[in-house]
Amino acid sequence: MTTVLAVTEGSTASPLVQNLIILVLSGFVGYAVISKVPNTLHTPLMSGTNAIHGIVVLGGLLLLAEGADLGAGTQVILFIALLFGAINVVGGFVVTDRMLEMFKAKPKELVEADTEEKA
Amino acid sequence: MTLASILTDTNFKTVLYMVAFAMFIYGLSGLTGPKTAVRGNRIAAAGMVVAVVTTLLVGDFNNPVLIIVGLVIGTAVAVPAALKVKMTAMPQMVALFNGVGGGAVALISWAEFRSTGAFSTVPTYVALFSVFSAIIGSVSFWGSNVAFAKLQELIDGKSRTLGAAQLPAQVLMLGGAIACGVAIVAGADAELLIVALLVLSGIFGLLLVLPIGGADMPVVISLLNAFTGLAAAAAGVSLNNPALIVAGMIVGASGTILTQQMAVAMNRTITSVVVGGFGGTVEAAAGATSASGGTVRSTSASDVAIQMAYARQVVVVPGYGMAVSQAQHAVREMAKLLEAKGVEVKYAIHPVAGRMPGHMNVLLAEADVPYEQLKEMDDINGEFPRTDVSIVIGANDVTNPDARTKADSPIYGMPILNVDESQSIIVLKRSMSSGYAGIDNPLFVNPKTSMLFGDAKKSISEVTEELKAL
Repeated sequence: MTTVLAVTEGSTASPLVQNLIILVLSGFVGYAVISKVPNTLHTPLMSGTNAIHGIVVLGGLLLLAEGADLGAGTQVILFIALLFGAINVVGGFVVTDRMLEMFKAKPKELVEADTEEKA
Repeated sequence: MTLASILTDTNFKTVLYMVAFAMFIYGLSGLTGPKTAVRGNRIAAAGMVVAVVTTLLVGDFNNPVLIIVGLVIGTAVAVPAALKVKMTAMPQMVALFNGVGGGAVALISWAEFRSTGAFSTVPTYVALFSVFSAIIGSVSFWGSNVAFAKLQELIDGKSRTLGAAQLPAQVLMLGGAIACGVAIVAGADAELLIVALLVLSGIFGLLLVLPIGGADMPVVISLLNAFTGLAAAAAGVSLNNPALIVAGMIVGASGTILTQQMAVAMNRTITSVVVGGFGGTVEAAAGATSASGGTVRSTSASDVAIQMAYARQVVVVPGYGMAVSQAQHAVREMAKLLEAKGVEVKYAIHPVAGRMPGHMNVLLAEADVPYEQLKEMDDINGEFPRTDVSIVIGANDVTNPDARTKADSPIYGMPILNVDESQSIIVLKRSMSSGYAGIDNPLFVNPKTSMLFGDAKKSISEVTEELKAL
């Protein structure tokens, strides 16, 4: 019993190894999901993935929220990082949404009305 | 167990992150089809909200004012910019958003350096991944800004290099940045090192993108997009945050595939794009081919209208010229009239027409062109011999037959739309200037081709008027 327990304990991966596992598997997930996208949706896709890497905003949030006494310099750096990250993520999703709205099939009457307005 | 202690529990937060991952992946898979794409993007955005809220679940919440102000200002800057940008300016907007993302990663590494006493309080691997993300993030920030400036025409879009000094300069900058990184990982604690690392990688980013001509810009933006993803993933390892790792790595993987596909569509390799071989070799070749000469036949709007009205099938070949003159609505208007006359109208979309893959689809979708009428290159190429009239609107290099036949052409081997196989060809162009690649297009002197010079939107509107009068 003790040996079994010991084995389980020994098999607990270090944070680095755990993170590397997540890293590698996510790479494959990204590959699997994305490689099925048709050419025609590549611009929105690039824009969409661009928004997703706006997740870097979490890094800024994390360090600011958990950092007790950072000092003014670090606070300024993190504030700018947070600002950049927020612009990346919010702008990215909004721009993608705008692009994709255009692919939506609109009801026939709506299209007519739209064209008349524009004309 | 109090509610607060549950909310801030690491396992609980990891579960919430997992919910966010599921939403990212489900959302991205929604982006694979035009019908599910809008929903997919919104699901991914909702996943992002979950991830942000989860991150803020900390027991001892510091700097609340900075966090709230930062998020509010960021949103206040981004939303109007994203809502106002014209569809033609979309590529540079993506470049800009990508750049600030890269900048954020680089700054986070710097802050991490400062708050951990030059990584003296954390394991070595933390420093390693942090330094990696700082270099890539800084390259991405400055590289994307150059891409933005070029596409926005703030700076000349042409290739700019230091000549023979270019490669040594790049190697020196990157080598210097890596040397700073190695010193930091090895335990050096001078803040100057991380600043130098960021500056040197930034200069490397500038040197990387400045030599690249406008035609290759989509590939570069996509590459930098992948870079920022990888930097975010590395930052995630260093901050021990699974959300950053997963989201960053998904972008890193997808961005790499996308870059690869774009490069293949242009018959280029990522390496040749980055090394910037296009600028130099093309100009030499362009000089040689301009001797090809030939007679250009010019035509009028009424002739074009008559030709198309009595055709069975018309294929519209849009390019960057359509984007520049915002002609997509006029094109749609013209196509409707043709359809009313019983003409079958299709749109031939080259994967790299415009400045980004799918650029034309976005514009045409904006003008309510039915998705089914948009044909990808492989689907439409077999149809050109059956096509009575192909109307090329501001596209050039993607229709250049030299890519099939002329082995010494810089674009030789690039898959093109076989427009020259159709019964007759009408080319709308502002002037006889060459395309973005800077090379001649024999399509323009083909006996089957007639040219309608002028702004694309104006020309199309004139043709539409003529069609109405018929």
